[in-house]
Order: sequence, then C-alpha cells, then structure tokens
Amino acid sequence: MPGLEDLYREIILDHYRSPRNRGELAVPPAHRAEGFNPLCGDEVVLYLEVDPATGTVVDVKIGGQGCSISQASTSMMSAAVKGKTVDETRRLIRAFKALMSIHESKLEGEDDGTDLAADLADVRLGDLEALQGVVKFPVRIKCATLGWNTLTQALDEADA
Amino acid sequence: MGAERVSDRGDAAERTILDVARIKRDFPIFEREVNGKRLVYLDSASSSQKPQSVLDAMDDHYRDHYANIHRGVYTIAEESTASYERARTKVATLVGAASTSEIVFTKNVTEAINLVAYSWARANLVAGDAIVVTEMEHHANIVPWQILAAERGVELRWIPLTADFRLDLSRLDELLDGAKLLAVSAISNVLGTVNEIRPLADAAHAAGARILVDAAQAIPHGRVDVQEWDADFVGFTGHKMLGPSGIGGLWAPAELLEAMPPFLGGGEMIRDVRQDGFSTNDIPWKFEAGTMPIVEATGLAAAIDYLETLGMDAVHAHERRITAYALEALQERFGERLTIYGPREVDGRGSAISFLFEGIHAHDISQVLDEDAVCVRAGHHCAKPLMRVLGVPATTRASFYVYNDEADVDALVESLVKAEKFFAI
Repeated sequence: MPGLEDLYREIILDHYRSPRNRGELAVPPAHRAEGFNPLCGDEVVLYLEVDPATGTVVDVKIGGQGCSISQASTSMMSAAVKGKTVDETRRLIRAFKALMSIHESKLEGEDDGTDLAADLADVRLGDLEALQGVVKFPVRIKCATLGWNTLTQALDEADA
Repeated sequence: MGAERVSDRGDAAERTILDVARIKRDFPIFEREVNGKRLVYLDSASSSQKPQSVLDAMDDHYRDHYANIHRGVYTIAEESTASYERARTKVATLVGAASTSEIVFTKNVTEAINLVAYSWARANLVAGDAIVVTEMEHHANIVPWQILAAERGVELRWIPLTADFRLDLSRLDELLDGAKLLAVSAISNVLGTVNEIRPLADAAHAAGARILVDAAQAIPHGRVDVQEWDADFVGFTGHKMLGPSGIGGLWAPAELLEAMPPFLGGGEMIRDVRQDGFSTNDIPWKFEAGTMPIVEATGLAAAIDYLETLGMDAVHAHERRITAYALEALQERFGERLTIYGPREVDGRGSAISFLFEGIHAHDISQVLDEDAVCVRAGHHCAKPLMRVLGVPATTRASFYVYNDEADVDALVESLVKAEKFFAI
C-alpha cells in the first residue's frame, strides 16, 4: 500500500500552498480554456498567450480551484511551459501523460508505445517527476491531468 | 441481533438502544482491515454495508431456489417467485402502503424517478406547466425533470435554502402556482436536512400539484409512512438500507399507477401482444419489464428483516445519538476552521454531515483519512446545483448507520487532526 508521502511530495505541497502564475490575461491576444473534473468538482481556468511570430508560449495564467494534486500539477505545468514552443509544449504534455501511464498515441493506434518512449526520450520533466506517485492512486490521476488537458484545449484554440 | 429494550433511568418512555459491538459482528466486512487498521465505514449515505443474513439469503436463493419468476410452473420457479413477491410485501409493510400492488420494483431510486418522469409526467404535463424542485436535490431528482423541461417546454422552479440549510418556504405558494409536480427529497444526502413532507404535500395538493418524494436517505433510517405523508410518488433504494445494489422501487397509490401508461416495454409488463398492439399487465407488474433483480429482492427482504429486528425507532434513536455526538465533537475540536454545511443541531436532520476545512480540499482530506481506514465521501455528492448555491466545489461527508458508534466518530476526528497537520500552511 503506497503511503501519503508517495503522493504528497514536498514540492507538490509547496506548489499547492504557493501556486505559481495565478491570475488572468486579456483575451485576445490570450486564449482562455476551462477544464472540469466532474468527479470532484475541480475547475481550472487557463489563459495562454502564444507569440504568433515565434510560435512560443509567452505567458500562462491560472484560475480556478481544486485539490492539492490538481492545483500543484497545474502550477508546475505553468512554470514548465513558459518560453517553450507550441511543439515543445505538446511534447511535454505527451511526456507528462506518459508519466501518468496515459499513452494517447497508443490508444489512437499510431504506434505501440515503445516508439512513444523513444520519441519523448529527450523531453525533460524535471520537477514534474514528483507527480509520478499519483499513478499509485488511480482516482487521483484525473486530478493531476486536469490542467494539462485544459492546456491542450487552449493550444488547439490557439492553433485554430 | 443487537437490539434490547431498556428503560431510560426509570423514565416512563421506553427507549431502545442498539448494541453496536454485536451489530458490527453481523457484518463480515468489519472483520477486515485496511492499511493494518480496523475499517471505519462512514459512507452509508452513499451505500451501506451488508449483514451476513442478507448475503446468506441471496446465496440460499441462488443455490437452492433459483429460476426466473412468474414463468415456470415447476417447484423452484414457484419458490423463486414467492421469494420475490415476499420482498414486495416486506417493502409494502415497511412504508405503510395500502396494498402490495402499489410497490413497483426498479433498479434504484433514480429509475423510480425516471419512471414517473417518463410515464406519469409525459402523460400529464404540457408546455407552460411547471415542476417545482429544491436547491438541495440529488441529480436524480433534477435531471429527469430537466430532460422533460427541455423536451416539453416545461418550466423548472427552485425552492431556495435558508441560511441554516433548510428549505425557504416563504414563497412556496407562489412557486406552486400553476405547478403540476413538487419533487423533493425527504432527507438531503449532502446537508442531512430533514424536510417535513406532510406540509409540503398539503401545499402541493392545495395548488393542484402532485408530490414526488425521493426517500433514498429516509427509509433506511427511520419509520416512514407514505400514507401519513400523503405523498403521490415515493422512490427508495435497497443498497442504502443494508440490501444489495440493483434493487429499489417506487410507491404510488394504486389508482395513480393504474392510470399511468407503461414505461419500459418487454416481458412481464404485458398481458397480450398482437401484431397490431399490446395490452398491459396489472399493476405493479405493468411497470416491471424484463427479468427483474430477483435475488436482489430476496436480499432486500432479508435487509428489512434485519432492520425490523433492530426496530426502526431504535435505528433512528441510535443515529440521532451518534450524529449529536459527531456534531459536538467536530465543532468542539476544530471550531471555526471547520464549516458544517447543514443543520448544526441534531433536531430535524439525518446522519449525513458535510463539512469543509478552511484551505484543505475534500479530496485531500479523504486521502489522508483513507490511510487510517476511515471511509468518507469527498466531492459534490451528485448535487452540483446545491454545491453552487453553497459556493464550494466539494465537501467531505461522513454519514452514520446502525453499525457506527462513538469510537468511529473518535477515529474520524483523530484522522482529521492528522489531515489538518499534514496540509497546514
């Protein structure tokens, strides 16, 4: 049985207590996306600003409320994607979901997961690896991925 | 079983108390441990645990008497049918129905409410009619009416809450004006609030409306008499009253059920089928299409037997005592840091206590509690409109039943102390 310390690593509690990049951005130029976890009522409001010239994430701001895992994961994500290109950001999302044992391309039948691991081998998760313990608590995986799914929505909107 | 009559220090009024230590031994699940600790099950408002007698009754039915019901003329088919119909008699007696024909089995209270929505409501409501619900309803008593409202152009009106988490009835007559149905829960699954049904039924009837009562949280916990309520529809579910999941039901007066069109079509609900049409069976079978939860009915009957041996008044008195103890313990230990969403006194409330810690999400609380084998519910409790009114995304809910005692409440409080320390800012 995994213990609480597997789930609530110190860096997670730190981001929960002091969430980074809280706030709003003007829409436009930013894109706004909302994510909900129907299971627990958690909510993420994400503002994403992409520089169309360079294809780089210029700024991210986060609103909403939720449990320590959803809030910390979203906070860590916001810190990780600033300055990355849209392509790098999408690869980071896939790498994070792989960390959560969610292999979307495998589900879609694009490859068998082995290729996915090789494809994402160069993606550095850094602090985000602290969230790995969430996998041992399956009901909480949706908490950890809420902000990331919301980010995908915002990226899709920015691409559209 | 663990009920004994004792006199209350010479008080003329006799009181019955439950012997919880003995009751716990009737429930096999309490023999197991989680994380090396005894199981503290405080989620009976979601679903209750099952006594050995229920498991035995179902096992016996499968092993020795199982066959489809209302079909075969052979011995075991007749035994299976008799056991299923005995369950109907048990339910009818428990809720004070005038006849067994007034008890329709469904898979749960959600299906019972949907039956009324699809059968009675679609036959009786037209565009411009109104349905009155309350802000404390479970989704099961909201969404069927929202579906109907969207389909028919029916208006949905909401009875608001007072500051002390009760129904604000100050504008009830206005809300009921032109309404065809009042749909209300007898006890809120989130707030624990008890709604007095008889005055609501009187008001609904005076306005020419029917009243549907979601009794999922009421029938397991005390004496209910549908005729004293003067209700028109009452839904209940078996798994919250020590019975198995998969069986619940609807009570309605015979004349109302007679007048309603069928809901689901299929076997048992028909009398005759021709190429050009069908005729329906008598009530209650008119509403029981397809092979029903036969063995679950047997389990439900055994659950009612168990509750009746304890005595519904004793069950109610016991829960009242534990709830009062828990309300006091939570408020005394945590003071202002813990907010109870629901009545803070034991009068006029059931045993479900929802609360929130300042700055700690309900999911995080319940995660820490799980390490101590304390099972509580965290989330929106299938009552999102209520959560929006309360202005919170989620609460933690502890709820008590016949197998809970003061030691379970103490375990909850100790584990909450731990959770609060863990997430201290």
